[in-house]
Amino acid sequence: MEFPEDLRYTKDHEWLRFEGEESIVGITDFAQDALGDVVFVELPAVGTVLSQGQTFGVVESNKTVSDLFAPIGGRVTAVNQALHDAPERVNHDPYGQGWMIRLAPARREDADALLDAGAYRALVASEKR
Amino acid sequence: MVEFAGWEMPLSYRGVTEEHRAVREHCGLFDVSHMGEIEIDGPAALALCQRLTVNDVARLRIGDGQYTLFCNERGGVLDDLIVFRRGPERMLLVVNAANTAADLAWVEAHTEPGAAVADRTPHFGLLALQGPEAELVLRELTALDLPALRPFTALDGLVAGLHVFVSRTGYTGEDGFELLVAAEESPALWDALLTATLRRGGLPAGLGARDTLRLEAGLPLCGTDMDGDTTPLEAGLAWVVKLRKPDFVGRAALAEQARRGTSRRLVGFDLEEPGVPRHGNRVLQDGVAVGEVTSGAKSPTLGRYIGLAYVPAGAAAVGTALSVEIRGRSLPAHVVDRPFYRRVQEA
Repeated sequence: MEFPEDLRYTKDHEWLRFEGEESIVGITDFAQDALGDVVFVELPAVGTVLSQGQTFGVVESNKTVSDLFAPIGGRVTAVNQALHDAPERVNHDPYGQGWMIRLAPARREDADALLDAGAYRALVASEKR
Repeated sequence: MVEFAGWEMPLSYRGVTEEHRAVREHCGLFDVSHMGEIEIDGPAALALCQRLTVNDVARLRIGDGQYTLFCNERGGVLDDLIVFRRGPERMLLVVNAANTAADLAWVEAHTEPGAAVADRTPHFGLLALQGPEAELVLRELTALDLPALRPFTALDGLVAGLHVFVSRTGYTGEDGFELLVAAEESPALWDALLTATLRRGGLPAGLGARDTLRLEAGLPLCGTDMDGDTTPLEAGLAWVVKLRKPDFVGRAALAEQARRGTSRRLVGFDLEEPGVPRHGNRVLQDGVAVGEVTSGAKSPTLGRYIGLAYVPAGAAAVGTALSVEIRGRSLPAHVVDRPFYRRVQEA
């Protein structure tokens, strides 16, 4: 299971990547594996303003529904429309084609509260028991 | 792994979609040992089954099985099951795991002298081999005359050198077999069947695939799509109910409903936009709530978002426009034929 070093992580299994002035959000390899085959992703409208930790959508497998939580606060500048017809991209490429939303961060310092790859790896190890 | 009716069960081994496809295209192996087995023995065994089930057990020859239901006095479905006639005075009931204890209590409460009722669940393992290549896989492990084994018939014999009771039954909409084996020999049977299954391009399959397979095949799940407050006539199982046979529990209520007609029916529907219908979602017609979803999924075979729902009889015709409310959003849907998926049968 991969947890890229350049990402920040939440305890709820989202990842965040800064790209210039914006940030990209998705769910981790661990999360997609635990969910199983993703069959539907519901994302917010572009322009939605989210606060840190706020629910911004859901990801569903045939067996479960999971809420998605904003790793940091900000305004949604884009959503991954391709997931509408190809939700399985979340399984196949969670850190690439399976991305979910782009955010214009309200405060970059929000990210200080997030986990780095090492800390997230330790969290996953504890959840796997 | 997930907990289900007190059993630790695999939800999936390799991924639900992959396992689902393996069953539709090749073969899948399921461990369904959680299913309950109730044996009824004695001169009154057949009569007891006739009284408690809605199908006609008098039609069963030795070795025959039959899909049937336990209903309450109101005609509500307590459980669905397969009843086998194993001998002149010996019946075997294979029931749902979640209902085994209640079923046993129900049978015991109605038993009469001459019918001994026993819960055999702990003594048996039950494996299901399902898919178009199930017969080819099983043939590698047995000398039994499988081509002669018709749907809903069973045989005792050796598979992989182990004593099993093999029936041509299943819950996937494909050809296939279910194999009842002594619990202590179940791991050896699993290993032999798994090796043969994998050699054919098949896979072990878990509860997740079992659910999407049965839903595509339009098979209702007891406790989810029907319960003590819904009748088989409403659930689309009128063909199971033999009103002309001698009296049985629930007959009066079902005969009355058959005369009056059902006010609601379980129908299949397709969503016209992506979304996963879930048990309990409201179904609307022209903006008015008229019913409820009982099951839903993205169909791995068809790629469509499908579901089952109870709707008024007047909204049950194929093509009827409905909508399904999912998390406050109303998604357009329409009634479709059940089953969603029908296997291509050889002539």
